[in-house]
Amino acid sequence: MSLTQEQVRRIAHLARIEISDAEADATRDQLNGIFALIEEMQAVDTRGVAPMAHAQEVAQRLREDRVTETDQRTDFQAIAPETEAGLYLVPKVIE
Amino acid sequence: MNQWEIVIGIETHVQLSTRSKIFSGASTAFGAAPNVQACAVDIALPGVLPVLNKGAVDCAIRFGLAVGARIAPKSVFARKNYFYPDLPKGYQISQYELPVVLGGGIPIQIGQGENAVEKIVELTRAHLEEDAGKSLHEDFHGKSGIDLNRAGTPLLEIVTEPVMRSSAEAVAYARALHALVRWIGICDGNMQEGSFRCDANVSVRRPGQPFGTRREIKNLNSFRFLQQAIDYEVQWQIATLEDGGTIQQATVLFDPDSGETRAMRSKEDAHDYRYFPDPDLLPLVIDDAWIARARAAMPELPLAKRDRFVAEHGLSTYDASQLTASLETADYFEAALAVAGPALAKPCANWVTVDLAARLNREGREIGASPVSAAQLGGLVARIADGTISNSIAKKVFDALWNGEGASADEIIEKQGLRQITDTGAIEALIDEVLAANAAMVAEFKAGKEKAFNALVGQAMKATRGKANPQQVNELLRRKLG
Repeated sequence: MSLTQEQVRRIAHLARIEISDAEADATRDQLNGIFALIEEMQAVDTRGVAPMAHAQEVAQRLREDRVTETDQRTDFQAIAPETEAGLYLVPKVIE
Repeated sequence: MNQWEIVIGIETHVQLSTRSKIFSGASTAFGAAPNVQACAVDIALPGVLPVLNKGAVDCAIRFGLAVGARIAPKSVFARKNYFYPDLPKGYQISQYELPVVLGGGIPIQIGQGENAVEKIVELTRAHLEEDAGKSLHEDFHGKSGIDLNRAGTPLLEIVTEPVMRSSAEAVAYARALHALVRWIGICDGNMQEGSFRCDANVSVRRPGQPFGTRREIKNLNSFRFLQQAIDYEVQWQIATLEDGGTIQQATVLFDPDSGETRAMRSKEDAHDYRYFPDPDLLPLVIDDAWIARARAAMPELPLAKRDRFVAEHGLSTYDASQLTASLETADYFEAALAVAGPALAKPCANWVTVDLAARLNREGREIGASPVSAAQLGGLVARIADGTISNSIAKKVFDALWNGEGASADEIIEKQGLRQITDTGAIEALIDEVLAANAAMVAEFKAGKEKAFNALVGQAMKATRGKANPQQVNELLRRKLG
């Protein structure tokens, strides 16, 4: 499997990454290199092997349902570009 | 030839009533000042890691048990990627290929009373996920304000198969699900606050044909809107198809003011979520011991309770269904019955489902906030049954209890002198007085006017201030006039 430049552009757009034509070409070559690696791995016979969701075969540790966080809004908002009335302000987005 | 079949599937976002968020220790309490309950994990500061809340998993297990579903021994959290300012990570943590709850079903009743039909709405799955924050678009000098208090609130998304065939069935399902999640204590069910939100997938087809193209109506937060939105959407789809048009798959919004649905402006890649397993979270493992503990802690479920009410108390299925519409109502009935005595199930059921329900409805109160307690109502029913008061006086006593005029029916009956007069001699004396005072009516009756008799009964009841048994007054009066 190999990617076209058009597919690379679409992936970049989905990830909101701006790339130039030259970068799109370079990225396509790199991604195609990765696909080559994946193809090699896919050649391995994995019949009868259950897929893993994580590299380690361990289970999620859980947290008791308790409120442990305190209000740190002032600290968090000190580094925000713009705030008002306790809200973070962002460029207008309406769908 | 003009027949269309309606096909509806529903996805519901149920906000779980945990104290803290699904992946952080921030509070989930409603109504706090903006962003004071949004911690470093919720606002996605770099380097933070999610830790799963056991309480949220407990809720999912309870739900799975309540609907007879399979609880997955191993389920996986996935990232659903999209960009929106109220989703600060750039992805929502959800479950995709391996959800925590699989299958199951919810029984619904369509129609009322004798004609009611039962149907099982099969569930596809239910999965755990986090809620997003809130965007406020008004009045910030052309900018949007973001409140992330809701970000990370645990949700259980419950998905049905496309098995509903009318808006009435869809509403019956939504109501049954709403009652169930409150019953098992996993959601407060507050629809105004967004704790229970439905999306409806709607399509139409000719019977026997494959499914038509569906449109998804998003974020319906009342049963009325659910009904109106589906009815409008169905009419629109049928009209479009009959005019020779085609339906494009789309996400639509319902506008309650116009009663119409309209397509959201959607970009071509809006649904390319690029799900993949979240490397920050290990698989969720639920062992048999955990499921057994959850099962032991489950309350008796609505249908089991309904059937028990029928079998144990001889109630009709209809009455028993009304009484098991919510856990609060069922508890109230059982507490009232405990005071009234086991023989009085039917009158207790009537008082709870008719008189009390009407009064609560009129004053916009929930049964949990009823001024008349279950014990007070049970005491009242007992006094009717043993003949201390008549049914009409009982309504007076009920009002008095509602207004807090006494601690019990007995106290009000004594204090206000409402005890039924059963002494025949006393009633006869009163009737004699009435006959003497209303000679004209007596003459009319004797001239053959039956109406005059009713007027005389009225006068006699008035003279006893409603405390005589009307049946007895009737008989005595007829004998005297006879």
